[in-house]
Amino acid sequence: MAGGPSLMDSLFQRSLEDLIKGLRLHNLAAGTAAGTPESSTFVSKSIDEVRREIKSTDQQTKTTALQKLTYLHSLYAIDMSWAAFHAIELSSSTIFNSKRTGYLAASISFNSSTDVILLLTHQLRKDLNSGNPHEVSLALQTLSSICTPDLARDLTPELFTLLNSNKGFIKKKAIATVLRVFELYPDSVRVCFKRLVENLENADVGIVSAIVGVFCELANKEPRSYLPLAPEFYRILVDSRNNWVLIKVLKIFAKLVPLEPRLGKRVVEPICEHLRRTGAKSLAFECIRTIVCSLTQHELAVKLAAEKIREFLTEDDPNLKYLGLQALAAIAPKSLNAVVENKEVVIKSLSDEDVNIKFEALRLVMAMVSEDNVAEICRVLINYALKSDPEFCNEILGSILSTCSRNYYETIVDFDWYVSLLGEMARVPHCQKGEEIENQLVDIGMRVRDVRPEVVHVGRDLLIDPALLGNSFIHRILSAAAWVSGEYVEFCKNPFELMEALLQPRTNLLPPSVRAVYIQSAFKVLTFSAYFYFYPEEALAASISEVGESVHNGWCEQSSDSVSGQTVTFSEPDEGFNPRMLHQPQKDASGNDGKKMISDLEQVSSCSVKMGHFTKDCLVGMVNLVESTLRPMAGSHEVEIQDRVKNVLGLIELIRQEIHGCLVPKEEENDRGELKACEIVRVMHNALSEELGPVSLSAQGRVPLPDGLELKENLSDLEAICGDFRIPVLSSFSLEKPRSLEKDVVTVSDQQNEEECEPSSESTSLLTEHRKRHGIYYLPSEKKEKVPNDYPPANDLSMQDKVNDEADYLVKLTEKSLVPKKKPIAKPRPVVVKLDDGDRIHINEKLTELKEDLISDAVQEVLLGNQAVASSSRTDKSDKSSNRRSRKEAFRPLESNADSTTVEIAELGNKNSRRIKHRTHGKERSHRSSKKATGESDRSDRPSSSHPHGKHKSRQRADGMENVAAESPVIPDFLL
Amino acid sequence: MGIRFILMVNKQGQTRLAQYYEYLTIEERRALEGEIVRKCLARTEQQCSFVEHRNYKIVYRRYASLFFLVGVDNEENELAILEFIHLLVETMDRHFGNVCELDIMFHLEKAHFMLEEMVMNGCIVETSKSNILGPIQLLEKAS
Repeated sequence: MAGGPSLMDSLFQRSLEDLIKGLRLHNLAAGTAAGTPESSTFVSKSIDEVRREIKSTDQQTKTTALQKLTYLHSLYAIDMSWAAFHAIELSSSTIFNSKRTGYLAASISFNSSTDVILLLTHQLRKDLNSGNPHEVSLALQTLSSICTPDLARDLTPELFTLLNSNKGFIKKKAIATVLRVFELYPDSVRVCFKRLVENLENADVGIVSAIVGVFCELANKEPRSYLPLAPEFYRILVDSRNNWVLIKVLKIFAKLVPLEPRLGKRVVEPICEHLRRTGAKSLAFECIRTIVCSLTQHELAVKLAAEKIREFLTEDDPNLKYLGLQALAAIAPKSLNAVVENKEVVIKSLSDEDVNIKFEALRLVMAMVSEDNVAEICRVLINYALKSDPEFCNEILGSILSTCSRNYYETIVDFDWYVSLLGEMARVPHCQKGEEIENQLVDIGMRVRDVRPEVVHVGRDLLIDPALLGNSFIHRILSAAAWVSGEYVEFCKNPFELMEALLQPRTNLLPPSVRAVYIQSAFKVLTFSAYFYFYPEEALAASISEVGESVHNGWCEQSSDSVSGQTVTFSEPDEGFNPRMLHQPQKDASGNDGKKMISDLEQVSSCSVKMGHFTKDCLVGMVNLVESTLRPMAGSHEVEIQDRVKNVLGLIELIRQEIHGCLVPKEEENDRGELKACEIVRVMHNALSEELGPVSLSAQGRVPLPDGLELKENLSDLEAICGDFRIPVLSSFSLEKPRSLEKDVVTVSDQQNEEECEPSSESTSLLTEHRKRHGIYYLPSEKKEKVPNDYPPANDLSMQDKVNDEADYLVKLTEKSLVPKKKPIAKPRPVVVKLDDGDRIHINEKLTELKEDLISDAVQEVLLGNQAVASSSRTDKSDKSSNRRSRKEAFRPLESNADSTTVEIAELGNKNSRRIKHRTHGKERSHRSSKKATGESDRSDRPSSSHPHGKHKSRQRADGMENVAAESPVIPDFLL
Repeated sequence: MGIRFILMVNKQGQTRLAQYYEYLTIEERRALEGEIVRKCLARTEQQCSFVEHRNYKIVYRRYASLFFLVGVDNEENELAILEFIHLLVETMDRHFGNVCELDIMFHLEKAHFMLEEMVMNGCIVETSKSNILGPIQLLEKAS
């Protein structure tokens, strides 16, 4: 009784329908189906039943059990891997219905890790050879969905036979299955490919549809190999009236045309013809897509496509609108006109109710961005961002940021505008792009010298707004603002105001890391102010040399006043002044020294504003302000904050000393021989005003090796000690590479590393060579190159300058690249355009390369598989185009059992040439070459027919070669 | 491979048919279905029928209470897939006579067989309704 299937089980088995009804009841009660089906008692009870019933010897009971299980598996995601064997058992049933159930269960639940799958091989073979076409069809369907390399290998002969089946629907399925088999077992290509090609000429639409589908998939992976089939595809393109087939053929041509420009000339007319005549939107869209992707050189076609896109866009159907926008995005780089014509629709679509359309419109708008319109477009987009929901708002901001920063801000001419735009973005209510804005603010500050005053100005505006501190999304931006304000404090119009902003009480809302930046900036500001107070002349000179004169003309007058010891006169007009400060009456500040924070604030803000008017009182006020604010934080638990606060307090101590000793004239002080506080301030100021540059990814590698550091020994010791951790050790070696390049001091004697070093240095020099020649195209990477110059090495700055030639060369390069960087505004426009152009081509190339890389190794083997047999010394060029032919040649040994094979091949050749003759309308040359082709293939075929069973590798090779020679002219003639 | 999967989901989000043309584990399927259904069912009639999800493009269409969702490669022609969905519905309609959710629930196997006739290995191989239904009708006669 226990567990075993009984008669009772069979008699009272729950049918599939009962199960479904039960499930429905249960689901309705439970409310949701997608929850956790296993937990439901009904389902688990049903599975228990199935487990029992499926062991039954009665076919019908077993079938029903498997049906139920399949149902549960496909809709409720119940595991059924344990029933794999039962599925196989049923597939061998003589009852067709049971067989069908068994196969369906197999095709739904099996995967490559199902271990019993091999047991199915025999049954599949039997059914593939069956006289009942429905059994054959079942077996094919199953094979196509669960094929494994083993199955593919074992069943290839059956499949080959079925490719010639006289029943259309079997043939069709065999063709569809072949695709899967090719992928898994590339050798099968040699067997089946020819029959596949033959079927291209089949009159049956279903078969052509299947075969075109297969070639579409194949061409997707490695289009080049199918170029020789272009004539066949062309015929289908012209003759077929079936939209499914045409769409697939168009897809194939979209892949082939870029490889062979002459092909484009041939197909452009038929494609336009289809586009004009067809009423089917799907076909029309495919034509458009083919044109905008692959036939962009043909202006008329592009124009026609643009017209049709316009029709799509003006339709009410959101689907067509969406696709129209997509097509427009594709056409944008080639025909900006088409986009501009439809600008209105695009902009309107930004407020479409469909999020997908909005995104597409946004992408398109971003594609339109150029130097000339970037400001206008960003203005429009920011307005949209203000109105739209948070998600789309951030999408807009994100795409503005990424577009504008693309290629080192190549579209930006007016950096002042862009920086203020960044500031504006920070104030967009939903803005969550803090991190990106932060990075760009800092990055621009470092890279673009001329824009620094504006960066500081924007930073100030952000910092002084207490409302912003409450929004945690923009804390990162504030961090950047604080950083630039501190770093470029020399451009600050009012350090007191800045200091106040940095220390305002609400900064306690900031996270500790940002707060630390604030305090560090305060430190820089304080250092700068103190320096300015102690050394007004030097500071002035420095600021003049550093700061563009146009900005600080007013400065000089002011400062010279203070140098000559005059008292402040506020009536003096100065554009640089903050008007608010200007019109405030000067208070007497001396009395309130260090009493209260409030009074400090008052005093500071009332102090004269310009560095030029630095007075002792001002400095004292600032010092007091800083001290009273930061003193309590010296006990902070955050080490970053504590550390920085301590620094500031230390500095304050120094300044205090100096200020109080200031009554004594400076010269006398110097006599004491001690290191003066003001000296320290000077040193610190100099250290801080050292310019920071952007850091390249490879910067770490360029840090010169300090003397006495013997990395080699340590690491080899390490390796000896822990051999298990090879990988991390090796990776740390690779870090060394760039440096060893530069310095030529290869401390690492590791054999492998030296080997790695060689080629990379070679390629680097090649790269630099190329860069030298095509300098303008290299703008961005040169900027990266310049990094080492800007980036002061941790230990020894001078080291880098006097290293060997290569380093010198790098320095030279960076000097050159300094020019465009310093004056981005003067960047000549044409250069940028070319950059853009070159970029695009580059990307395209990359894409195709990537695709090729992604092609499964299997296909690669398919295409190069018999290269090893045919010839290993063939040149690259003929290689690919000849693949197909050489593959055909390789069929022979396999087929030679059938006596007709060679004749078939000859016939195929004849057919080919006939067609070509027909089409090329008696062009002498093509005649000759195609005749030659036929002749040659005939000749090469003849000996093989005299030795039908010969397996001479050498002859094969010869055949391959001859046919390569014969085949290659055939296709180009068609193309011409 | 063209079509990667075909789903039929009712408006409560319950899967009524799932056919995959690439192998996904049960967990992956569940996650994928959940995400897609959530995305697509939230959309209104006035929005377009294409949704990008992970590396798929989902083309979907609603017929009465049932959503037909087809996951395709990025290369695939969206409008053709829409036509394919329509063809599928018409075929079922012809077979069941005014097809509804219940028909598919109770005849899931048949629905699978129809799909198998139409799509193999992710490629559409048959687009003629009578050809698709031929074998099924033959079987029904036999049994």
